[in-house]
Amino acid sequence: MNIENFIHKLEAEFDELEPGTLQKNTSFKDLDEWSSMHALIIIALIDTEYDVVLTGEDLSQISTVEELYGIVKVRKE
Amino acid sequence: MAFFTTQNTKIAGIAAAVPKTQESNWDYELLSETEKKLLVKTTGVETRRVAKKGQATSDFCLAAAEKLLAELNWKKDEIDVVVFLSQSRDYYLPATAIILQDRLGLPKSTMAFDVGLGCSGFPYGLSVINSLLSNAGLQKGLLMMGDISSATCAKEDKSTYPLFGDAGTVIAVERDTNANSMQFQLNSDGAGHEAIIIRDGGIRNLVSEDSFRKENIEKGITRSRLNLTLNGLDVFNFSITQVPKSLKAFLEKTDTNATNYDYFVMHQANKLMNESIRKKLKFPVEKVPYSIKEFGNTSSASIPLTLVTQMRKELQEENLQLLLSGFGVGLSWGVVSLNTKKIICPELLEI
Repeated sequence: MNIENFIHKLEAEFDELEPGTLQKNTSFKDLDEWSSMHALIIIALIDTEYDVVLTGEDLSQISTVEELYGIVKVRKE
Repeated sequence: MAFFTTQNTKIAGIAAAVPKTQESNWDYELLSETEKKLLVKTTGVETRRVAKKGQATSDFCLAAAEKLLAELNWKKDEIDVVVFLSQSRDYYLPATAIILQDRLGLPKSTMAFDVGLGCSGFPYGLSVINSLLSNAGLQKGLLMMGDISSATCAKEDKSTYPLFGDAGTVIAVERDTNANSMQFQLNSDGAGHEAIIIRDGGIRNLVSEDSFRKENIEKGITRSRLNLTLNGLDVFNFSITQVPKSLKAFLEKTDTNATNYDYFVMHQANKLMNESIRKKLKFPVEKVPYSIKEFGNTSSASIPLTLVTQMRKELQEENLQLLLSGFGVGLSWGVVSLNTKKIICPELLEI
């Protein structure tokens, strides 16, 4: 897995976002489009794609896309 | 480990009733247009049925039972047991099942009691009534299940109100020594009891003036301690990890897989969550029916309501092998594998 691919998958799930909106340092929970339902979507995506289960607690402790990628990468290994 | 088999009982019929009034999430004012689209995409819920004030779960179960008994041609004095499984009883006490015995005109020799479960109700309730029929030698029983959730979710709480719908259902179960056995696996995790909870009104937190005070939790979420609180993320996590894990163990134990079942019907909790479970168990889309789009999450009524609204013709005309799984509030979850043989299934009632 690499971060570009990860961002691509993430963006595909947020279909209200303009492509290119998400960057490594994007604080995704601060996006205008962010909603609590995106948390479910992200958890489901990461579970399906990477077989890693994130909790609400995990999501509350991170803010950027890179940090999200970091957790997934560590748990995956 | 609660994995067991029950013998000599069969489902004779299933019926369901819902309120006439329908609400649409597209008209729900607390959500922006983008949020509405996201809600429908994620949860799958577009419309819900909402009971009128004063209509109780038992009213829907009663209507469904009257209709089902008539179509089954069962005599009322043949009913030995009534189980009412719900989290929205008529009164704090007495048990609603007892009131239903009288309202249905069943004999005083009928045993009647309530079971206080929600989303996991179908496998739990069926295991209770099956055990009574097969071990106590009773002949016929009614399992009534459902909830009026619109009464306990705050309309000003976007994290609960748009998800739940009201419904009442009934399953007629009969002793039959030629019936195929049913396999059950039932589980509990009380450590998660706060994930879905109504905090006040029980003995732990007696109703007080504070119970009624509406508290603004965040934008779009205002509720009192008498309203349902749902920790969506915790429930989501539980449902995509623990539930498929238990289901996989069940399939292993029964030496079955998706090809052995005609349908896999899940509690209608959330489309994204249910689809995740479906994929993990490798069931094809066509074997997994949904009623969540039209009716929302109807608690313990969701499996029978899905059977009646999505599979009525097949249930009436064919023999089906079914895998039925309920999961949620408690936390509590379970699964049953059973066989139906051309059962009686009246059309959905609207009252």
